[in-house]
Amino acid sequence: MEFELGEEHRLVQATVREWAARRLLPGAAEMDRAGRYPPELIGELGSLGLLGVMVPETYGGGGMDTVSYCIAIEELARAEAGLAVVVSVNNSLACYPILAFGTDAQKRRYLPGLCRGSTLGCYCLTEPAAGSDAAALQASARDAGDHWVVNGTKSFVTNGVEADVLIVYARSAPGSTGSRGISAFIAQKGDPGLSVGKVERKLGIHTSSTCEIVLEDCRLSPDRLLGERDQGFRIAMATLDGGRIGIAAQAVGIARAAMEDAVAYAKERRQFGRPIAEFQAIQFKVADMATRIRAARLLMYRAAWMRDRGRRHTREASEAKLFASETAMWAATQAVQIFGGYGYLQDYPAERHFRDAKITEIYEGTSEVQRMVIARHLMVPS
Amino acid sequence: MNIVVCMKQVPDTEAPIRIRADGGGIVEEGLNFVVNYYDEHAVEEALRIKERSGGIVTLVSAGPARAAESLRAGLAMGADAAIHVQDPVLEQADHLALARVLAAAIAQVPHDLVLCGKLATDDNAAIVGPAIAEFLGLPHVTAVTKLELGEGSATAHREIEGAVEIVGVSLPALITVERGINEARYPSLPGIMKAKRMPITVKTAADLEVDAAAAGGSRVELLGLTPPPKRQAGRLLQGEPAEVVRELVKALHEEAKVL
Repeated sequence: MEFELGEEHRLVQATVREWAARRLLPGAAEMDRAGRYPPELIGELGSLGLLGVMVPETYGGGGMDTVSYCIAIEELARAEAGLAVVVSVNNSLACYPILAFGTDAQKRRYLPGLCRGSTLGCYCLTEPAAGSDAAALQASARDAGDHWVVNGTKSFVTNGVEADVLIVYARSAPGSTGSRGISAFIAQKGDPGLSVGKVERKLGIHTSSTCEIVLEDCRLSPDRLLGERDQGFRIAMATLDGGRIGIAAQAVGIARAAMEDAVAYAKERRQFGRPIAEFQAIQFKVADMATRIRAARLLMYRAAWMRDRGRRHTREASEAKLFASETAMWAATQAVQIFGGYGYLQDYPAERHFRDAKITEIYEGTSEVQRMVIARHLMVPS
Repeated sequence: MNIVVCMKQVPDTEAPIRIRADGGGIVEEGLNFVVNYYDEHAVEEALRIKERSGGIVTLVSAGPARAAESLRAGLAMGADAAIHVQDPVLEQADHLALARVLAAAIAQVPHDLVLCGKLATDDNAAIVGPAIAEFLGLPHVTAVTKLELGEGSATAHREIEGAVEIVGVSLPALITVERGINEARYPSLPGIMKAKRMPITVKTAADLEVDAAAAGGSRVELLGLTPPPKRQAGRLLQGEPAEVVRELVKALHEEAKVL
């Protein structure tokens, strides 16, 4: 049994940590206030290979494994959680389905740009009436012979405002219900009938955009069909397994940020004549944070490790995402408490981590959905 | 232009350093080791020269097994080859002995230019670079902030007190670089994967035809290590401004003795 990262993993960690410390962390509070990231960061992330970590080098990617991906997302999220999800979505929800289910022509057409950062990807599954129950989606794709006509409204689309490449799910079998009869498509910015709808204002992760994507008689040529016709739901679910590992990594990064900032503050802040770090009430909080964070990281690494070996990891991805996101929320709450009154102020980082943490318990499957997935593996015969 | 870059692995400057019980070194366990900061700039400078005018960039490091990680980082940045001088006798080597070994390793590969960091952040000695130049019979320029290469010669800028000194030097030469010379690139993920597949040539003192006594010889004896004095807690003066100022001036005069 091996509990150490390999040499290349440590090099990825050192590289991303240093890049994030220099390029992301100093401006994180300001980026959060402004609600955007400097666009040139995307190009820098692309040159580092972080936008397509698991995409083979032949398609312009990093050619590395899911463990490396977790390491990179954790380091980015430790500095700024919003950009971490921008990167996570591009990797897990845009590059992955094209890499795993696309034709060679589709891979050659879309992956190099997504890896370089000249194009950004997003994922359009959720609809206003189809959230946790994704199979209830209503968007339709009509086969018009030489092209598809797609109609529907997609909601909660991360990266939607900037995205150039959109993975869109729509019902291609007329009259079908549930998970059957859904197809996946690759839409592109500028496709006729495709537009950005309402841009959402959020509690946290302000630097990443979230919006509606509206498809109105959107015409897509047959080569935009991703994978097999009517088999899209399988793609959606396989994609989410990887996405959940990415969100687990983001959550671990946020939890670590909360802990590290709280520790630094506790050493500086003096009350009753000494640093508050010397009080057991503070020490116990930090000890629990450290323990839960390590447990979350180990669950994340294990899920990633199984994915890298091609094993089924739906349950493991859910466990990692569930535990890591609840750890992030819990650790961020403790951090605010350690900061006391200052924890409630926007001038200190604890407040930002608190707002950023909450989303990890919601997107890419709520904690309730993760528990359903885990319980199904334990109690329902497949 | 064929370039050799010397690299050293050092403890992370932010890592807490503990002195060994026997006083003869530091506790390495649990310590995070990184590429010496200045050496990253030396690698970067070599890669920029290679990108402009071609050639081969070879990395050289002398140190224990863990030093291979630094070479791997340099390969991931884009270097072409790496030599790791690894020999138990080096544990006793002082700067001069290390320079002798590194010079012997460099002598075995074509080199028009040898680049080093201006110093290593662990011992701040700044000896090894110039000493290598002496062993190789090369001219050297230290703490260079700008390097311009010509035909068989180079012009190096050094920042000195109140001025920039511009030095002409014939090639081959050894240059040690200052941090301002460039902004070092980060290893990319594809670079890391490429580096993983590249071999690192391991050599012993015997391979380099340096006898063990010379390689491990030390003219310097380490007498001991002591931690820097603990910083005293600050004192906060409180009260009426006029009174506080009076107290402060008194403390600066009588206690700190700076007035």
